[in-house]
Amino acid sequence: MLFLLSAAFAQAQETLSGKILDEQKQPLPGASVYWLNTSTGTSTDGDGLFELPYKPENKQIVISYIGYRTDTLAVSSPAYITHTMTPDKGRELDVVEVNKTRSSLERSHVEAANVTNMGSKELLKAACCNIAESFETNPSVDVNFSDALTGTRQIKMLGLTSPYLLIAEENIPAVRGASQAYGLSFVPGTWVESIQITKGAGPVINGYESISGQINYELIKPADDIPFFLNAYGAMGGRFELNTHFNKKVSDKWSSSLFVHGNTRAFKNDMNDDGFLDNPLAKQINVLNRWQYSDPDKGWVSFINARYMRDEKQTGEVDFDPDTDKFTTNQWGSEIDTDKLDLSAKLGYVFPDMPYQSIGLQTAYNWHRQDSYFGFNRYDIDQKSFYSNLILNSIINNTLNKFSAGLNFSYDKYKEFVALPGTFGLTSRDFDRVDNSVGAFFEYTYDNTDDLTIAAGARFDVHNRLGAFFTPRLHLRYNPWDRGVLRLSAGRGKRAANIFAENQQYFGSSRQFFINNNNGNVYGLNPEIAWNYGISFMQGFTLFNKNAEFVLDFYRTDFQEKVVADVYASPQHLVFYNVGSGSAYANSFQAELNYEITRHFNIRTAYKYYDVATDYLYTGNQQMPLQPKHRFFTNLAYETHVHEGGKQWKFDFTYNWLGKQRLPYTGSNPVADRMPEYSPSFSLMNAQITRSFSSVFEVYVGGENIGNYRQDKAILGADNPFGPNFDTSVIYAPVFGQMYYAGLRFKIK
Amino acid sequence: MKKVIVILIIILTGFAAQAQEKKNKNAKHEIAVKGNCEMCEKRIEKAALGVKGVKSADWHADHQDLHLIIDENKCSLDDVRKAIAKSGHDTDTVKADDKDYEKLHDCCQYDRG
Repeated sequence: MLFLLSAAFAQAQETLSGKILDEQKQPLPGASVYWLNTSTGTSTDGDGLFELPYKPENKQIVISYIGYRTDTLAVSSPAYITHTMTPDKGRELDVVEVNKTRSSLERSHVEAANVTNMGSKELLKAACCNIAESFETNPSVDVNFSDALTGTRQIKMLGLTSPYLLIAEENIPAVRGASQAYGLSFVPGTWVESIQITKGAGPVINGYESISGQINYELIKPADDIPFFLNAYGAMGGRFELNTHFNKKVSDKWSSSLFVHGNTRAFKNDMNDDGFLDNPLAKQINVLNRWQYSDPDKGWVSFINARYMRDEKQTGEVDFDPDTDKFTTNQWGSEIDTDKLDLSAKLGYVFPDMPYQSIGLQTAYNWHRQDSYFGFNRYDIDQKSFYSNLILNSIINNTLNKFSAGLNFSYDKYKEFVALPGTFGLTSRDFDRVDNSVGAFFEYTYDNTDDLTIAAGARFDVHNRLGAFFTPRLHLRYNPWDRGVLRLSAGRGKRAANIFAENQQYFGSSRQFFINNNNGNVYGLNPEIAWNYGISFMQGFTLFNKNAEFVLDFYRTDFQEKVVADVYASPQHLVFYNVGSGSAYANSFQAELNYEITRHFNIRTAYKYYDVATDYLYTGNQQMPLQPKHRFFTNLAYETHVHEGGKQWKFDFTYNWLGKQRLPYTGSNPVADRMPEYSPSFSLMNAQITRSFSSVFEVYVGGENIGNYRQDKAILGADNPFGPNFDTSVIYAPVFGQMYYAGLRFKIK
Repeated sequence: MKKVIVILIIILTGFAAQAQEKKNKNAKHEIAVKGNCEMCEKRIEKAALGVKGVKSADWHADHQDLHLIIDENKCSLDDVRKAIAKSGHDTDTVKADDKDYEKLHDCCQYDRG
């Protein structure tokens, strides 16, 4: 009540209000606005709006934002101000596109594609630990449950798993091939500045492989970084994470950051008493050093990154000891060791006379090696990749007509070894291979600066195993009326399925693997080809003086060729084969409502419907296993005003309801080792509280799965792991139950 | 493969360098243009970009000026001023007709004093 009164009182005062825009006339959230030589200041909200108490004695306001020139404006009356910021070119320029930290989750109103930007603030909502987990507060991306084997989580978009997404680090495809299934979990969350999620086909610039969407994450830029950052995290179950960042501005043009991440899970947990660890024992060290060069006057910018990661995991029976039990029937166990080395360099040049014209070169070398065994099953993969992309951005006649054109080159050398102890199907085989491709792309964007944007792109690639092919993509945005945005998209994607890397969870079972050879070029199978079509409508409106947003999305993916990993034929088999045109599709529908209940108190809700079906060879048309048809999501976020010295409370609560999921067929197993046809529906709750004591120190506590929902039987055949019914792959719900954590963040600015 | 990339770099940079040499193809100018709001901005920029030869037009409400990059072979600054005046906005030299000014939306009717 007191709060309401004081709010009413505050309103009676004269205020200066206004709007801050970026160079593209889009609202600039989070810009700081203050009266010169005073401590009275604020920052702009999600719509770029600000309000400041007005006093005639204050004559000038200062507006600043990272990557933009700081402006000082003379103010003589409390009239509404609209101010456009000018980029500080060299600092803000990125080789491919300009990205900035937005305050939270935000769907773009201007892009032709359906893009949601997750700012650093949104990323903090799920404090732990890597970017696969940071999507928990985002309705567009579904996060699966960590399987007991790897302890990592796969993500899904539009009902399709991460192999159907193009996942890029600063626009260089990063999570692919050997790392396709779990690669996102190798990127610590604190390294990331923002994430852009594109639903649907997406642009052609980064490649031809994306089918259901693209995810790009931007790492913290050395030029914008703070000298020191520390994050420590500890959770029940013995998971600890430590992140330290160091930054140095070496000269006015060079700056460098060093990120060091370590995590460990040292305790053995078996909450469901099945004799198996619920989470793997784990150790990881992950180091990134990046350098940024920028010369804004001459228009040059460059990034150079070097990164090394080593990750070790051990799981299986509680008493399994690798030294004595590996490859024996004493105890069932598994170890996965991963090494990863990434080197990348980018060089960008913006023509000083022509700010709309730039040229960029991206190059990357990646090495990924995984050595693993699962009982008697062995899986080793070693991938060495080289990637380069040369891009020219310019205009045709004027800035209403823009284009990007360029050339890609990629090379992947795989050494892959699979060994299964059975006598049928696949037993022991090398799948060594070399992939290379060269491609050219052109994307034209027409933007009338008002209500229409059309982006039409195409690329042509020649690949040694996929052949020569076109990839067309089209995106359209139209604003039929105020705050209404209609989007259409269509596009084609083609990819070589890495069947073992993408289906690693099945190594943790007694299943025998079969490949129904089709004389194709990829494991004897044909490459996957799909068309994706989407329509999206978004309407912003004002309800009780507060902003609200309603979104409807519908996407359809039609496979012309798909590689199926069939777990419906038999609980003892995994069969890979191709299905052709018209045999597989994924429909997804999402209705989302976002509302600002009061200032600093936001609710985000979504209902999602998935119909993802395939004509299986032996069992006919079935829904995809482990895909709920219905999902409901809500996220509540409340934060107090920032008090003197940066004191603040933040509260975040996420609720997920998952409908029943189709489970792999187990009907021919003995009764004890069967699962029902469908999983039960269930709900999950996560919550987090953050207390900032100052602008440089904060602590947080949180809980995941507070309702303590647990899958009652996580491992089939757990009492006889070397028997025919053993299967750890059927995970439809959390295994561990409720989990609480705490952590702190400390900065030196 | 690498040869192809090298050749492309040469072609692309050559193309870019050529565009740079003829300075008047990318002449930068700033002219004063009056207006108020976002709607004005869209109208002014649209009018400027409607002139053949205008490559980039960026109007700043706070400074009441328009940043232009034009190809001087194709148009002159006065062509741009005329087009903007026709849309109802006064420029430094060419002023809008009263009837064009009065067609503007209420919030766009800037102070002509």
